[in-house]
Amino acid sequence: MNLVSQWVAFKTIVYREIHRFMRIWVQTLVPPAITIALYFLIFGQLIGSRIGEMGGFDYMQFVAPGLIMMAVIQNSYANVVSSFFGQKFARSIEELLITPLPHYLILLGWVLGGDARGLLVGAIVTFVSLWFYDLSVVNWTLSIFVVISTSVLFSLGGFLNALFAESFDDISIVPTFIMQPLIYLGGVFYSIQLLPTFWQTVSLANPILYMINAFRYSILGSSDLESLGFSINSALFMIVGFIILLTTICLWSLNKGRGIRS
Amino acid sequence: MLSSQSPSALAISGLKKTYREGFIALKGIDLNVEAGDFFALLGPNGAGKSTTIGVICSLVAKTAGSVSVFGHDIDHDFAAAKRCIGVVPQEFNFNQFEKVLNIVVTQGGYYGLPRKEALVRAEKYLRLLDLWDKRNVVSRTLSGGMKRRLMIARALVHEPKLLILDEPTAGVDIELRRSMWDFLQQVNASGTTIILTTHYLEEAESLCRNIAIIDEGDIIANSSMKDLLGKLSQEVLVLDIVESLPPDFTLKGFDCNWVDAHCIEVSIDREQHVNSLFAALEAQQLQVKSLRNKANRLEEMFVSLLKNPSKQSDIDYPHHESAEASA
Repeated sequence: MNLVSQWVAFKTIVYREIHRFMRIWVQTLVPPAITIALYFLIFGQLIGSRIGEMGGFDYMQFVAPGLIMMAVIQNSYANVVSSFFGQKFARSIEELLITPLPHYLILLGWVLGGDARGLLVGAIVTFVSLWFYDLSVVNWTLSIFVVISTSVLFSLGGFLNALFAESFDDISIVPTFIMQPLIYLGGVFYSIQLLPTFWQTVSLANPILYMINAFRYSILGSSDLESLGFSINSALFMIVGFIILLTTICLWSLNKGRGIRS
Repeated sequence: MLSSQSPSALAISGLKKTYREGFIALKGIDLNVEAGDFFALLGPNGAGKSTTIGVICSLVAKTAGSVSVFGHDIDHDFAAAKRCIGVVPQEFNFNQFEKVLNIVVTQGGYYGLPRKEALVRAEKYLRLLDLWDKRNVVSRTLSGGMKRRLMIARALVHEPKLLILDEPTAGVDIELRRSMWDFLQQVNASGTTIILTTHYLEEAESLCRNIAIIDEGDIIANSSMKDLLGKLSQEVLVLDIVESLPPDFTLKGFDCNWVDAHCIEVSIDREQHVNSLFAALEAQQLQVKSLRNKANRLEEMFVSLLKNPSKQSDIDYPHHESAEASA
């Protein structure tokens, strides 16, 4: 397959993935917007006004970057895991596996599809947040880098989950029992400085904490990371490191036919 | 005309497949399909047909052996090998929520066809398969026969040199099946090699020039259809007789079985002629109203070759088709 053919095939996968979630926009784009709007209303507006400051900021200002990242993470992951596993379940994945497409393009196509949804939902949620407070971004470059790289990372995670999943239970276990607790305990709603020292140390093992705080830093210019002795660069290296790790595992699994060839 | 130097459309050597749970699906098969052939791969359920196809298409990992498609090894030159293959699987495996045209165009895209070209080809094949009027219909609403034709259009959109059809006419009514046969013969006549697996032995006998029979992971017969059928030692003819026949009716020189007062079954050996049968009947002043084979000739050969003939129940015979069609 020459490069032009590969480019056409890659565009076809990305187009199909975007077309899929746009076609069912009521299921894919509206619910996160409503959920996050409710978070803003309840935690930010109603309860937040009684909380006062968090991490040196108004509670609404503090919680907004976390909620945006939460939407990006959940939707990037959900798009890839449901699309890939759905195709595996219906066996329509065979349409793709019988073609001469190299595995890295299949992976890249799905990841970009997940990114597209994650970033679109992130943009919708950001737009919704403007109803509740005035957004000002300290470092645009950093915020764009963090949000895109986090979206890539969780798209890869969704792909890996779908690759090894054998039932619909398998694709709900990871988001429900692993991702959701890590997101909620990753400093979306509170500063981990509120925690006792022991739990602060435990929280440092949560990779999502670094992503949320890196994004919060890019928006507000301050986050829990520096106060805990970590630089933003360390968070960025960690995100990139996880991307490399998951990409390697996904490609190795695809080449070995794990989850897709009997 | 294809050169004698041109590589085989499919060359399989020592192909083995053992599944993780220990089931041995293929025990080291060798198979060669010449370019331009219309080839039948027959066998009862679980014989290894779909596993063989799965290995050729890289959907099943082989345990040992080699497979090459038009000279391209599927391990070392997988892109070129895959480019040559179009597959129509046994089960519907397209996106049931997608529109017909999108399914075919997207498949073209996977093979690197620019959208404009993919649209032209999709129109060509959807028209040929009488699906163009349904191009904007969501695929799950199509009838079973239309879904089968959609999978054929999808498999042809990149114009493969080798088309593999795994029971393409399963569940399709007789009229539509015959029109699909005509279409497949046109595709074959245009130079595309076709490998067909089917449960309808009449289909294989009508369409295919060469045949392999696979049973319990082994190839038990591999020859031209003519040679294979030539090995039949006996045929059973069913005759409807105008006159009334007694239950102890016999016919000199023939093994004869009384069915009812107006029907007998007569076994004819290879050495015997139908003319001599008619002569024997005429000697008894009996008139034949109609005559037919008791079973499809290929069916008889197929059953005689199987290690475990009880598996023949997996096969659909012509008289079953008639029953389905009249139901």
